[in-house]
Amino acid sequence: MEKRAIYNNRVLPYLLLTPQLLVTLIFFYWPALQVVHQSFLLEDAFGLQSSYVWFENFQRLFADPDYGRAFGVTVIFSTVVAFLSLAIALLLAVMADRQIRGANAYKTLLMWPYAVAPAVAGVLWLFMFQPSLGVVAQSVKRMGLDWNPLLNGTHAMTLVVLAGTWKQISYNFLFFLAGLQAIPRSVIEAAAIDGASATRRFWTIIFPLLSPTTFFLLVVNIVYVFFDTFGIIDAVTGGGPARATTTLVYKVYDDGRLGGDLGGSAAQSAILMFIVVALTAVQFKYVERRVHY
Amino acid sequence: MIEHRPLANLIAHIVLWIGIAIVAFPVYLTFVASTHEPTIISNGQMPLTPGSHFLENYERTIFIGPSSTTRTPVGRMMFNSLVMAVAIAVGKIAISIISAYAVVYFRFPLRKTIFWLIFMTLMLPVEVRIYSTYKVVADLGMLNSFAGLTIPLIASATATLLFRQFFLTVPDELVEAAKIDGAGPLRFFWDTIVPLSRTNMAALFVILFIYGWNQYLWPLLITTSGDMQTIVIGIKKMIVTSDALTEWQIAMATTMLAMLPPVAVVVFMQRWFIKGLVETEK
Repeated sequence: MEKRAIYNNRVLPYLLLTPQLLVTLIFFYWPALQVVHQSFLLEDAFGLQSSYVWFENFQRLFADPDYGRAFGVTVIFSTVVAFLSLAIALLLAVMADRQIRGANAYKTLLMWPYAVAPAVAGVLWLFMFQPSLGVVAQSVKRMGLDWNPLLNGTHAMTLVVLAGTWKQISYNFLFFLAGLQAIPRSVIEAAAIDGASATRRFWTIIFPLLSPTTFFLLVVNIVYVFFDTFGIIDAVTGGGPARATTTLVYKVYDDGRLGGDLGGSAAQSAILMFIVVALTAVQFKYVERRVHY
Repeated sequence: MIEHRPLANLIAHIVLWIGIAIVAFPVYLTFVASTHEPTIISNGQMPLTPGSHFLENYERTIFIGPSSTTRTPVGRMMFNSLVMAVAIAVGKIAISIISAYAVVYFRFPLRKTIFWLIFMTLMLPVEVRIYSTYKVVADLGMLNSFAGLTIPLIASATATLLFRQFFLTVPDELVEAAKIDGAGPLRFFWDTIVPLSRTNMAALFVILFIYGWNQYLWPLLITTSGDMQTIVIGIKKMIVTSDALTEWQIAMATTMLAMLPPVAVVVFMQRWFIKGLVETEK
């Protein structure tokens, strides 16, 4: 779509675009190009000379068991958080969509965690599950489980999954509720007249009609777990114990902080960039479907 | 609902209340911890009801800060976070609205290319170019400054797209009328486009304020000095993992203070929040 009525000016549009373009070029494209460039370079031990090695950095990375492990951690983390937060949010949204009293109050009471920073969400859960003083950790211990996220990788993973899910429910809830409210009542009424029970109506009518929202949320949630949970992991576990909660993004940060392998670190970033491009492409390809049922 | 079923409605109420309780419980515990003495918390003897040290703990948190790790008062951290959040939100809105105006209301060489350049930044989050962006900021001498905290983040593909979509729905007659009245492009922008965009700006402001306030990775890299620290980073530094030295009452009071502004914005500007949330994700 284009405007028919426009202004003619040779200089003004460029002036208006200058601030955005400057920021974009200096802080987005230049560093991104650097990343791609460095991922093909190998520096010597003193950082004095570097030579083109093409895909050697990538080959080394894929042969590194630590990288494979981080990949696995990321996949498990994303899948569990996305599944749990979508399932819980859908249940709550279906309940709030019934025309019950106080529906708006429920909405307000469920949506505010969106505003909580991931790192802060992590701290909330860390405090509850702190092995020596956390209120919930003590109950868990009394039930006979030797809870210790500082030493046990599975426990640490459980904790970051809980914090990540908690933080994401409100977002999914708001979108599911909007999706449910967009489904025409007449369709559901027709099914009810035909004698379909509430459960059956949900699985044969509501859930399929909601699938564009679900799909959209699935992609958004995966992006969320990939990038926004950095704060949760850094605040709760610092990637540990023994790298049990080190995701791909956390690994880039952690490896770079220790310094050293510039090419390898750049190769990791380049792979992440590729993943984002793929996810964004998927999102935009199917975004149209979400708008009209 | 289609059928009148009191039992099903009751179940809905119960499920929603359980959901709300689960969502609120961690925050309640944090609040309780922020009102107790440190010893009672570190013994693991904390009761489930608030204690009597509310004023004392919050006063120390805001004006003095934790004594062991960093001496920056949390009041200062909140100020830093506020400046950062407002600067990012206002900056993004300002540069995006003028970019969108240029792309929609003018025809010029490279228009499509520039639009795509802005659009593609969606695919380049900070996390994928952490250290090279850090290096650019360091080379420009912008570490430990508000400029370094905000300027690299204020490009916004989302906001530009949103304003572009909105401008395309503004009737052409308005431009034609403005031209007949002799109003130039800047005058038209200021007198017509800006007032029409107010609702969109408010919606964007809510989302971007939260985005700015909650930044983590970027301030973690850019700020090293205590008095440039933001509150979200401050909390993390107060909690010493596997160490009894953490002053939990102060850390928990700081956590409450870190949540308060963005949550208040969401709750009190709910209408704009929902609008912003839905529109920025389109």
